[in-house]
Amino acid sequence: MTTKLFGEPVQRVEDAKLVTGTAHFLDDIGHDSLGVAFVRSPHAHARVVDIDASGALEVEGLVAVYTYEDLVAADEAEGSTVAHPLPLLIPHPSLHAPRTGYALARDEVNHVGEPVVMVVARDRYLAEDAAERVVVTYDFLPPVVGVAAARDAARTVHEDVPDNVAAHLLQVVGDVDAVMAAAPRRLRLDLDVERSASMPMEGKGVHARWDPVDGSMRVHSSTQTSTSVRAAVAARLGLPAGKVECVAPMVGGGFGVKIVHPWPEEVLVPWAARRLGHEVKWVEDRREHFVSSAHERGQLQEIEVGFDDEGRILALDVRFWHDNGAYTPYGVIVPIITSTQLLGPYKPAAYRCEWWSLYTNTVIVTPYRGAGRPQGVFAMERTVDAIAEELGLDRAELRARNFIRPDEMPYDHHLTFQDGRPLVYDSGDFPASLAKLKELVDWDATLAMAAAARAGGRHVGVGLACYVEGTGVGPYEGAHVRVESSGKVKVATGLTTQGQGHFTSFAQVAADELGVPLEDVEVVTGATRRFGYAVGTFASRAAVVSGNAIALASRKVREKALRIAGEALEADPGDLEIVDGQVRVKGSPGASIPLATVAVLSNPLRYAFDEASKAATQFAVGDASGPPVADDEEPGLEGTDYYSPTQSTFANGMHAVVVETDPETAEISILRYCVVHDCGPLINPMIVEGQVHGGVAQGVGGALYERMAYDENGQLLNASFMDFLMPYASEVPHIEIDHLETPSPLNPLGIKGAGEAGVIPSAAVFAAAVEDAEGFPITKMPISPSELHELRARHAAGELRPLRRRTTTEETS
Amino acid sequence: MSAAVPSEPSVPSGGSVVAADQLCDVRLTVNGVHREARVPPRRLLSDVLRHDLRLTGTHVGCEHGVCGACTVLLDGRPVRSCLLLAVTVAGHAVTTVEGLGTPDAMHPVQQAFRECHGLQCGFCTPGFLTTVAAFVEENPEPTEEEAREAVSGNLCRCTGYQNIVASVLRAAEITRDRAAGEDGPP
Repeated sequence: MTTKLFGEPVQRVEDAKLVTGTAHFLDDIGHDSLGVAFVRSPHAHARVVDIDASGALEVEGLVAVYTYEDLVAADEAEGSTVAHPLPLLIPHPSLHAPRTGYALARDEVNHVGEPVVMVVARDRYLAEDAAERVVVTYDFLPPVVGVAAARDAARTVHEDVPDNVAAHLLQVVGDVDAVMAAAPRRLRLDLDVERSASMPMEGKGVHARWDPVDGSMRVHSSTQTSTSVRAAVAARLGLPAGKVECVAPMVGGGFGVKIVHPWPEEVLVPWAARRLGHEVKWVEDRREHFVSSAHERGQLQEIEVGFDDEGRILALDVRFWHDNGAYTPYGVIVPIITSTQLLGPYKPAAYRCEWWSLYTNTVIVTPYRGAGRPQGVFAMERTVDAIAEELGLDRAELRARNFIRPDEMPYDHHLTFQDGRPLVYDSGDFPASLAKLKELVDWDATLAMAAAARAGGRHVGVGLACYVEGTGVGPYEGAHVRVESSGKVKVATGLTTQGQGHFTSFAQVAADELGVPLEDVEVVTGATRRFGYAVGTFASRAAVVSGNAIALASRKVREKALRIAGEALEADPGDLEIVDGQVRVKGSPGASIPLATVAVLSNPLRYAFDEASKAATQFAVGDASGPPVADDEEPGLEGTDYYSPTQSTFANGMHAVVVETDPETAEISILRYCVVHDCGPLINPMIVEGQVHGGVAQGVGGALYERMAYDENGQLLNASFMDFLMPYASEVPHIEIDHLETPSPLNPLGIKGAGEAGVIPSAAVFAAAVEDAEGFPITKMPISPSELHELRARHAAGELRPLRRRTTTEETS
Repeated sequence: MSAAVPSEPSVPSGGSVVAADQLCDVRLTVNGVHREARVPPRRLLSDVLRHDLRLTGTHVGCEHGVCGACTVLLDGRPVRSCLLLAVTVAGHAVTTVEGLGTPDAMHPVQQAFRECHGLQCGFCTPGFLTTVAAFVEENPEPTEEEAREAVSGNLCRCTGYQNIVASVLRAAEITRDRAAGEDGPP
């Protein structure tokens, strides 16, 4: 029997190239391209008065300097639309005042880093030389920095949006006011989450080659969606879609920022390549990435919760203000997700969430791994902890009392999710997940250990946080599976890969379905000529949507293979199986035919071009009474299929962390980090655990180290890896993981997404642990040693209420 | 071995300013092979390796020496190739990730990273591989703590480092096993 590969920790097939330096990332191609540098706004808010590029002309090797005026002139001459505002990718009824930027600033800049002038030269060094000599004159405008300033609206970002509100949404379930008024107990919380960013190790980059012979464009982009970049480039340049190809080469991490498109550079680089008749390449440097890509997370939250004496949540009333930066090209997906995923595994009787998405003169805000969920989980879990604190109850027990039970699945929250579909949890067993986590952590003993440590003068605390994550959103993905006459299997799916191991996990799925060895399967992703219909890689959707599409396409191929083999073996296809690349009669292994031969037979030939193909020529095969290719049949052993989910499938998890804070320096050390994760059956547990590890590391960064330090003028003060503190190995703990595998009833493989999970509860779980260690409430994340030091001073001065469980008795369990 | 030699136009005698467009011939040994490049004095070693010599295995993640993706071995010691001008390493020996091993004949560090899932997107990986190759040579029996310390100057955004630390320990183990295999009875 062929060993089943689904569920096995198979080593990754892509690694041989990656560890030997032979894989190709964006800047590894197009060495002879012209180089590009941008003159970017040094101001957060200003009018562009004048651009003088005459100084740049002295630079030897300069090829072209383009401003917005050049885009307008080109559009008039060539019928392109490169001067139009960049598209609003995801319109939404709540987004009443959407604003998008231009590929090059027209007359106003709204954040530091916005592109104003494009310079093309023989290489990037010379392009930077020339860019330095371009003089742009600005009229300064007062900037709006921070959520609070945007909400106050004393100043505006866009003149015609006087309240700075891009979008406003209210979702209500039940009679919140009545339930709240009747609730035996109520609490209020004011919370604050700061900005961070995806920060992949490889920045963005675009390479374009125009072929004047057939009028076609080949674009490489370090993107999370090559099909949509292709469509956008075709639309902007006025080209038929069939004349544009887009390839995502190996991509050095994405984490959300590369799903946004078209970035100005994705429009301008192909445009310049066509105009100049030469390959053009732009590779983002790290400072550019900080000031001209995207950030996420910034929100101010106000919560009121009504509950009973047993801690059951009755009414939850949430208002939050979301910082969307200067423009809204990606719509309001992030605050929608915050407001709908906030409830996690809980079921308040009444829920109201109202939010405002606000303009600020800072870099745009678009999804970063977790995409609004970390903020929602922060709001919910801080609230749950506050209730436990108020009632003096064990925090795990209080959560258990509020869980949706397994027998209540599917559970309808009566909310509308980010995909426009009802928010209905398909499956999950939250009590079982909590039981596993308590066992992994040894919850009671760990609480006792922390209490004993505190009694001995140390600052040790334990945090717990739960989340539910909608994964695998539609609309669809597809796959093409072909068995070649060599017996090798080629799988193509349109979505892209940024390190998630798709070349391996997708091959595992196809190999199992087709009964072939893993090494015979090759997977291609993100190349529009190989598979032209796709959405992209985001929202923990690749395994669910493309994985199932590959399974379905493979099943089609298998069915065809059995039919053809049945004819050749004179057997009923139902009696056949495929094992190790051989189609054979079940229970009679002697009667078999290689899948490679079936592939040959599937394609009736006139000409024999090699030994194998002789078997398929016209005097060798076929029933002379019918056509060589039967009606409704196609030549070739291949198949295409799509998977289009009716709704998201909901994964969940629970994290616990034990921290110790230094009594003097307020440094926060992590003693243990435990994860229980349920994303359904695991295709490759090694890869899933790697995803969780990486997510937790980003969560550690977001909770303890990373923030975007904007000053009041809208200057990003820490736009380098020297100052933006991403965790090194020395900052990330060993992570202990256990899995629950609750299948999804929604898709053929029963799987759920895993990509974002690790990062989602981090702010919440660290806030809980630091609070527990210090004995006063933590309401703002991230938290640095200096901030903790300041909170200690305020606590000592009586400004911060101590936790009751510290003033009375230790938490009991 | 030879030093950087300015080619036409020559360096003005006694001049301290070198024009940006002036080219220098840089001769160096890369992965055991003599290589030459004619480049401006300001050109970074990382750019010369990647774009002039077309050894694109070395990656550039920050261009300010913090992330470590561009780490190569200079005479066997790890250096940040984005902080070095190519002309300053003329006459020296550089080892890049391509010089460690090939898909069919992997260096212990390469094999270990693959076995332990020590990489995801693979962009930072070449810098870890060169760093760890030098470390394992220096410390063939590291503790877990030493392994973690050894990679604490390189940034990775994907893996959370847990499997990288495991890869370091495994690389040391493979190195020891291979040495034992060579020394042992046939």
